[in-house]
Amino acid sequence: MSTANIQPGNAVPTNGTHGVEYRRVYVWQLPVRFYHWINAVALVLLCVTGYLIGAPIRAFYAAEAYQQYWFGTVRFIHFVSAFVYVFNFAARIYWGFVGNKYAQWTTFLPFKKWQREEIVDVIKTDVLQTKMHGAISTGHNSLAAFIYFLTFLVFCFQTITGFALYSSMSTSWLPRMFTWIVPLMGGEFGVRFWHHLFLWFFVCFTIVHVYLAFYHDYIEGRGTISSIVGGWKFDRVKGDDK
Amino acid sequence: MGDSIWQSMEKKGYSRRDFLQFCVAAATVAGLGRTGAAQVASVFEKKEKPAVIWMHFQECTCCSESFIRASHPIVVDALLDVLSLNYTETLMAASGFQAEKSLNDTIKNNKGKYIVLVEGAVPTKDGGVYCMIGGKTAEQILQTVAADAAAIVAWGSCASNGCVQAAKPNPTGATPIHKLVNKPVINVPGCPPIADVMMSVVTHLLVLGQVPELDSLGRPKEFYGRRVHDTCYRRANYDAGLFVESWDDENARKGYCLYKMGCRGPVTYNACSVVKWNEGTSYPIQSGHGCIGCSEEGFWDNGPFYQHLPSFPGFGIESTADTVGTIVGAATLAGVAAHAVVTNIRKHKVIAEVHAEEEKES
Repeated sequence: MSTANIQPGNAVPTNGTHGVEYRRVYVWQLPVRFYHWINAVALVLLCVTGYLIGAPIRAFYAAEAYQQYWFGTVRFIHFVSAFVYVFNFAARIYWGFVGNKYAQWTTFLPFKKWQREEIVDVIKTDVLQTKMHGAISTGHNSLAAFIYFLTFLVFCFQTITGFALYSSMSTSWLPRMFTWIVPLMGGEFGVRFWHHLFLWFFVCFTIVHVYLAFYHDYIEGRGTISSIVGGWKFDRVKGDDK
Repeated sequence: MGDSIWQSMEKKGYSRRDFLQFCVAAATVAGLGRTGAAQVASVFEKKEKPAVIWMHFQECTCCSESFIRASHPIVVDALLDVLSLNYTETLMAASGFQAEKSLNDTIKNNKGKYIVLVEGAVPTKDGGVYCMIGGKTAEQILQTVAADAAAIVAWGSCASNGCVQAAKPNPTGATPIHKLVNKPVINVPGCPPIADVMMSVVTHLLVLGQVPELDSLGRPKEFYGRRVHDTCYRRANYDAGLFVESWDDENARKGYCLYKMGCRGPVTYNACSVVKWNEGTSYPIQSGHGCIGCSEEGFWDNGPFYQHLPSFPGFGIESTADTVGTIVGAATLAGVAAHAVVTNIRKHKVIAEVHAEEEKES
């Protein structure tokens, strides 16, 4: 199925033997794509530096402490990435209210019956592999969206615990807003444990997320991978327009 | 009514010079500085000496042991000797009914004016039978004593957060003081707390007659406001990424950071690296051993002491969050790989199906 000569909103038959019509749909707006990639870079940096902070390696060696600052730099990168990631996430929440219908906050929760049915459908496609093609939402599919919602909860958890740990080194108001979590989790030791544990959630999420993006690119055949760069996806004209 | 501190000291044979030395030391540890000595002296000359009740519940007396090793012996001497330490199981000469009478009289004669220092946690399980003195449970005694107290100080981790007897599974229901009384409690955690910190808190209460500034956990900010890590002399090694990798290695000999050996300095609020112990001689990290976080709540359960991350519950002593995480991560990768293999095996069938369907539609 070639899509080379298709114009927006203008249904044109594809070449070759398969005369199925596709139309271009602008799904991911620029702020959404920026959010995705800033988040991706920040999260990778946070995971790598976070792991190193928990389990420092013998990366560099100096005779005296004043000669290097590599562990301090690792922590600095972690903190900077954390601030970037938090404000980026805040911007995405805002965009969940003003963005297009694919970016709306309501898509992340299975409020409607068709969303819940689609979750079953996607499980059939992704996990059971009994339904290898068919109509799946053009934006986030309902299962993916709900899992993103769960990751948002983990985002919040990591933000709260992270700032709580950071607050002991900071006098600024933002981290200090979260000091209350420390006694609740049995001191900073407990906070650090949970904050570190959820690092592995992100590692697993990234593996599954990247794989499924490729998988859906193949199964759906409508540019899942390229859409997060260019913003466009393709819809079957006779398909189910959800 | 009673004698002033100066009068009592005079009676005990202290010279005026001793008294003034005491005032200088007291002013210093209370944070008033040397110039505050005159103020202290005038208070101690006029003010009636306060009654002090030192309770011992579920504890090991390490707080008392620490207290008598303060850097300024004259202050401790004076405090123990001169202050009306009306009741303390460990040090008082009286026993039995005499001791009970002393306690009751102190409460009756100094309503709302006496200071209560509590060492030890209070067991609450099974009606409190695990700690009873003179036929009364620790909790009953605590409530009686606390009711008319001017100030309550919780000495050490037992009284502040439960310490070892509150460690899982906490068989006696050991409970810190602040959870049992309806009054503000000054928590001075540590196992034991630093002698000079204890002395400062007591002096503060006596000299200024007010509670020192406390943080959200009721600890004096002056001593518990910063982490051991923040003021540790090995901190530069931490930032440089120079760590002790195993006990007695070359790095340990050079005095590198003990972070990887499980040092709790980065998560422990205490003044060890500033005030130090035994008249400012040393503190655990300086002696080559990581901090075990003895002033933090639940430190006994946050083991093992020589691991930077705690062991993951249910996975044995050696498995940390990283061990578990690596296994889960590897399992995820394996699952994804298996999925990819299955998808590729079925590829031809799926492509044929899609093409057939599109033929039909077009």
